[in-house]
Amino acid sequence: MTALSALLVRDMRLAIRVGGGALMGVLFFLIVVTLVPFAVGPDLVQLRRIGPAILWIGALLASLLTLDRLLAADHEDGSLDLILMGGTPLELSLLAKAIAHWITTGLPLVIATPLLGLLLNLEPLAIGAVALTLLAGTPALTCMGLIGAALSVALRRGGLLLPVLLLPLTVPVLIFGVAASNAAVAGPMSFGAPFMILCALALGSLVLGPLAAAAALRNGLE
Amino acid sequence: MALIDLANPTRFLTLTERVLPWLAAATALAFAVGLYLVWAVAPDDYQQGATVKIMFIHVPNAWLAMGVWSVMSIASIGTLVWRHPLADVAAKSAAPLGAAFTFLALLTGSLWGRPMWGTYWVWDARLTSVLVLFLMYLGVIALWRTVDDPARAGRAAAILTLVGAINLPIIKFSVDWWNTLHQPASVLRVGGPAIHSSILTPLLVMALAFGLLFVTLHLAAMRNEILRRRVRAMWLMQAHAAQGA
Repeated sequence: MTALSALLVRDMRLAIRVGGGALMGVLFFLIVVTLVPFAVGPDLVQLRRIGPAILWIGALLASLLTLDRLLAADHEDGSLDLILMGGTPLELSLLAKAIAHWITTGLPLVIATPLLGLLLNLEPLAIGAVALTLLAGTPALTCMGLIGAALSVALRRGGLLLPVLLLPLTVPVLIFGVAASNAAVAGPMSFGAPFMILCALALGSLVLGPLAAAAALRNGLE
Repeated sequence: MALIDLANPTRFLTLTERVLPWLAAATALAFAVGLYLVWAVAPDDYQQGATVKIMFIHVPNAWLAMGVWSVMSIASIGTLVWRHPLADVAAKSAAPLGAAFTFLALLTGSLWGRPMWGTYWVWDARLTSVLVLFLMYLGVIALWRTVDDPARAGRAAAILTLVGAINLPIIKFSVDWWNTLHQPASVLRVGGPAIHSSILTPLLVMALAFGLLFVTLHLAAMRNEILRRRVRAMWLMQAHAAQGA
């Protein structure tokens, strides 16, 4: 347990002190949301209608963008090899790393959502719904992303391969995240059902992500 | 003969060399019978006219689009659990075939949709989940292409394939939930098929023909892959020898 908490604290400290990760993700999120009105026009009614979708797409892309640092930096300086050889199960170490990564990159996106929601003319209820769905959905994205990060480290290939492999897998999270946000505002169905499924997806990927990522790392770095 | 006997690539090559001509002939025969049934026996639909014939190409391709991913998943388990030497060869050579069948299912569906629904593409649940499946096939192929060491790429692709196999039903379910317009399943369902036998028989024969086509092409592609790896090994040996001299 101490090893895991030490790893968690170390990763968070690195992310905060070295910089780049957390704020860069939020900045990217802000830029994506700023770009959309240039493309679809400044009509406030329309922006309010598609606002939750824009926020979700922006958060999805922003959390993908930060993924390549999740394991690559540790791989470069050799600490990933230490984690691999250590006594702690690799799955749990990777889960700790994913949690640290989510706290430093996923959570800031959730916190930035209300502000960006104001830019898109969302009502308070819609802003709350989007922030809540992102709070439940971004852990799923991080855990899915862990698989992609492990594959790209094991294969020593980065770039576009990671999003190409990952984005199709994020379709369910996107569908239920946006559906729950829209249901909270417009109806006709309830917010609860899609939100519950979103939470289920997050919990499922919390299990599947570390397992698959550990398998990928063991196979790739042996 | 056990599956493990096929682990020897040389034995696999000699066996498939004998089997392949028969398989190819069976495929051709099944297509001949199937196409005859489609054009001579199956009636035109009273609403759709002759365009209903597209179904006999579309439905087998859609079945194979999903079936090939199952073949790849079983092969991936073979790679990860038993380190079967031919499993990753099977997975690798199945991926482009699966992508091709999926593309054909999308293409024929789109051509069929134009006269029926008045548009080439609608964002309906089934079309969309098949499109996502197509993207995942392309992702697996991209993974194979970017890594030059076959063994390393094989295990990575196996993990991705299995993650995909777990996710595909979830994607299917979520896209269904998202939107539904397509005709619901009408062959495999409780209470027997809802299709008249004059259409069902040609459909099943065509499905058999496409299935045989897949097996034939898959075995041929596996042979090519084994030979390609041998050529690669010979090149590497030559390069080493040249370096040493």
